[in-house]
Amino acid sequence: MTTREEQEKIQEKFKERMDEDELLNCMRCGFCLPTCPTYIESGYKESHSPRGRIALMKAVVDGLIEPDEDFERSLDLCLGCRACEPVCPSGVNYGHLLEEARAIVSVNKRYSLPAKVVRNMVFKGLFPHQNRLRNLTGLIGFYQRSGLQTAARGIGIMKLLPDSLSSMEKVLPSVPSMKEMRNRPEHLAPLSKKVHKVGFFSGCLMDTMFLETNNATTKLLQLAGCEIVIPKNQACCGALHGHSGEKEGAKDLAKRNIRAFEDSDVDFIITNAGGCGAFLTDYAHLLKDEPEWNTRAIAFHEKIIDISEILVILGFHEKVKLKLPAQIVTYQDSCHLRNVMKTASAPRALLQAIEGIEYREMKEADRCCGSAGIYNITETEMSMQILDYKMEQAKGTYAKTIVTANPGCLLQMKLGIERAGLSGSMRGVHIADLLLEAVGERAEK
Amino acid sequence: MSASNEAAVLAAEVKGKMINIVGEGNFDDSKTGRLVYSYDATPNFQSLPAAVVSPRNTREAAEIVRICNEHKVPIVPRGSGTNLCAGTCPTEGGIVLLFRHMNKIIDIDEENLTATVQPGVITLDLINAVEAKGLFYPPDPSSMKISTIGGNLNENSGGLRGLKYGVTRDYVMGLEAVLANGDIIRTGGKLAKDVAGYDFTRLFVGSEGTLAIITEATLKLIPIPETKKTMLALYQDIESAAKSVSKIIANKIIPATLEFLDQPTLEVVEAHAKIGLPTDVQAVLLIEQDGTPEMVNRDIERMSAICKEENAVSVQIAESDAQAEALSSARRTALSALARLKPTTILEDATVPRSEIANMVRAINNIATKYHVKICTFGHAGDGNLHPTCPTDSRDKEEMERVEKAFEEIFVKAVELGGTITGEHGVGVMKAPYLELKLGKEGIAAMKAVKTALDPNNIMNPGKIFAKDSRKRVVITR
Repeated sequence: MTTREEQEKIQEKFKERMDEDELLNCMRCGFCLPTCPTYIESGYKESHSPRGRIALMKAVVDGLIEPDEDFERSLDLCLGCRACEPVCPSGVNYGHLLEEARAIVSVNKRYSLPAKVVRNMVFKGLFPHQNRLRNLTGLIGFYQRSGLQTAARGIGIMKLLPDSLSSMEKVLPSVPSMKEMRNRPEHLAPLSKKVHKVGFFSGCLMDTMFLETNNATTKLLQLAGCEIVIPKNQACCGALHGHSGEKEGAKDLAKRNIRAFEDSDVDFIITNAGGCGAFLTDYAHLLKDEPEWNTRAIAFHEKIIDISEILVILGFHEKVKLKLPAQIVTYQDSCHLRNVMKTASAPRALLQAIEGIEYREMKEADRCCGSAGIYNITETEMSMQILDYKMEQAKGTYAKTIVTANPGCLLQMKLGIERAGLSGSMRGVHIADLLLEAVGERAEK
Repeated sequence: MSASNEAAVLAAEVKGKMINIVGEGNFDDSKTGRLVYSYDATPNFQSLPAAVVSPRNTREAAEIVRICNEHKVPIVPRGSGTNLCAGTCPTEGGIVLLFRHMNKIIDIDEENLTATVQPGVITLDLINAVEAKGLFYPPDPSSMKISTIGGNLNENSGGLRGLKYGVTRDYVMGLEAVLANGDIIRTGGKLAKDVAGYDFTRLFVGSEGTLAIITEATLKLIPIPETKKTMLALYQDIESAAKSVSKIIANKIIPATLEFLDQPTLEVVEAHAKIGLPTDVQAVLLIEQDGTPEMVNRDIERMSAICKEENAVSVQIAESDAQAEALSSARRTALSALARLKPTTILEDATVPRSEIANMVRAINNIATKYHVKICTFGHAGDGNLHPTCPTDSRDKEEMERVEKAFEEIFVKAVELGGTITGEHGVGVMKAPYLELKLGKEGIAAMKAVKTALDPNNIMNPGKIFAKDSRKRVVITR
């Protein structure tokens, strides 16, 4: 609930800070509508479409409406998948508009106490601090390994949680031990003839909960002839902050990362999470008001490239024999990898190069799965509606393996498999893990 | 246009009645709910409706209309709001009647070659559904990925295939419609021949929601052409391209598509689509022919020869269906891509007999020079339907006045050449002041007589087609 006073303040800031030219750039042709998952799932409500949201932002700037609860609802329900951007002939940068609008609302609004506690804990207390994230992951590891998980499931205590959370509990990967997480090397030598020196952006969640995927990624890079630098002082990319309106927090993290990679003298900086990679490429925009940082951000973002893309460039799939037991494989795009980083054909090319598998494209693989950062926790109902639609399409491929390229998507796919009752016949896997499996370096689990 | 108006609120009694009919969830009079239906794709028009009502079936739609008639509440029917003449902008307030629930394909009849649909069906969804059965629904407005059949019917939309296959009107066999008094009528049917009384089907198609609310349509389908081929002809001067168009037709070849794009349009379209369109030539013709393989090959060859005779610097034939599809998809984004250039994009669709296309293109360029405005031109050259488009800034009042004058002169010129002020976008509010140019006073009076007879209380999309007074289109406060 926003008070009248807060609304006035938000309105004033909208006038001051929203990019009017970008708002006017939308000529309202509606070409974005058929690509917007929330427009479709809301039963074709314009207020939940990109064109509608831009019109609402502009109306707040123009003073036609107040930024009331319905307005906030419209912003909140947006997945931020940015599927509207590649199809926009006018080239409206919707993501930037959304981020700015959310930042203005979040800064000028007093959240209810519980919401504030959670936001503070997540955005200030947890993600900026890799050690704390390690500790939390360690706690989950303790839960999983100590027998507590088995006990909790046995007693049925999980049934007390909302459906989505209790399913979520089941799909968390077996997390690494504290020791594994702390022993991340800072330098790795190539395992074939050296072709590039690259930096590896290890991420926060990826380097804790998904450590194994990170290890697979670096292994693939080594096999492809990369010398890898993994700077210790890098931090969380800040995407969760940026997308939730915590812009200042995001800027601090951006500066830490730019600094961390600046002196490493690498040709590329590799990411294996579409959500992080896309946010890293947006640092220049994030820091647009600080000229010196802006320049440094551009130099930084020009080096960012996704693992699939670099492997294709290096001809990894042509040089290394990839083979798996016969199975149907399908791919679910990571929205930000596809819509922002424009990487869509590379992962498909890699998968199609694996001997033994049959690759089947899923209908609307480019549509968001509903994970969208913490959206599946904050907007569970819509997220599950979107996920259930996605699983229908997945089922249609008869795939045994759904491949993703982002941790959020991966968890959501696993959740979807669980919800659809397919846990015996279908699995969700990150592309780096599957490729390493195909190299023969890691057995299928 | 003002965003507020007197009729901003519905009386509590009216609201109550409407909610009784459609249910709480399908009646929205919140500020955000109204704001997002206050515009369509026409620049500089915005006006809030009093409420947005989404009926679930014809009966509900009819009951809503009846209430509106009783209380004299304006009704603006709306599909996806991609209209380009402000036809779906609720300039007089009232309710927006939204067809988001009535979006079913009722049947595809393979014996009669018809499709019966509700107005909210997306055009492309229908096209795909019939093509899956080896049938063809040719009308393909550029917005077909999101436009609705209801919108296409009300605006009598054209498209890229209009040259050979005609426009929406040519594919409508029957309608179900709600009249202003709430009566439900049916016109036509699955009938190749039907002369029982006035042809209301034809009258309602293209009536822009001013006569009746269309709630169902029976559409004509044809067998899908066996094959198709696409080519691009590149020119270093615009007139040669225009002359090629006339010459192709004069040689008795009717291609399915014959599109024209000038250099600035090519540049913005390429910036969006990134498919390798040439940007270093002055104009391009995008030509598609469909039919039997022999005929397609023969026509493509002959058209290549004609284009070369008319000084095309190069003629390229698409190598695959995917490449051909990419070219037409890219062409469909032209208007929106032009919005990259400037904050405001004013588009018109003056249309001339196809033999006059070269004269019209020349006139547009002269007029642009005369008023110091930039005009990019693309469009369906083959059927004389051009889209001169002006990238401008509505905040620049002085320039907007020049734009206004330039377009007025374009309309005058089009009519002078035997053409019309609008080929496929409709009159709406935007072109209402110019309608007299085309119809004369007597023509307008006859149309008004029809309007008054069917809608005596003027509740059906009021303010559209007929100008309130003879004053010119006013530019516009944001």
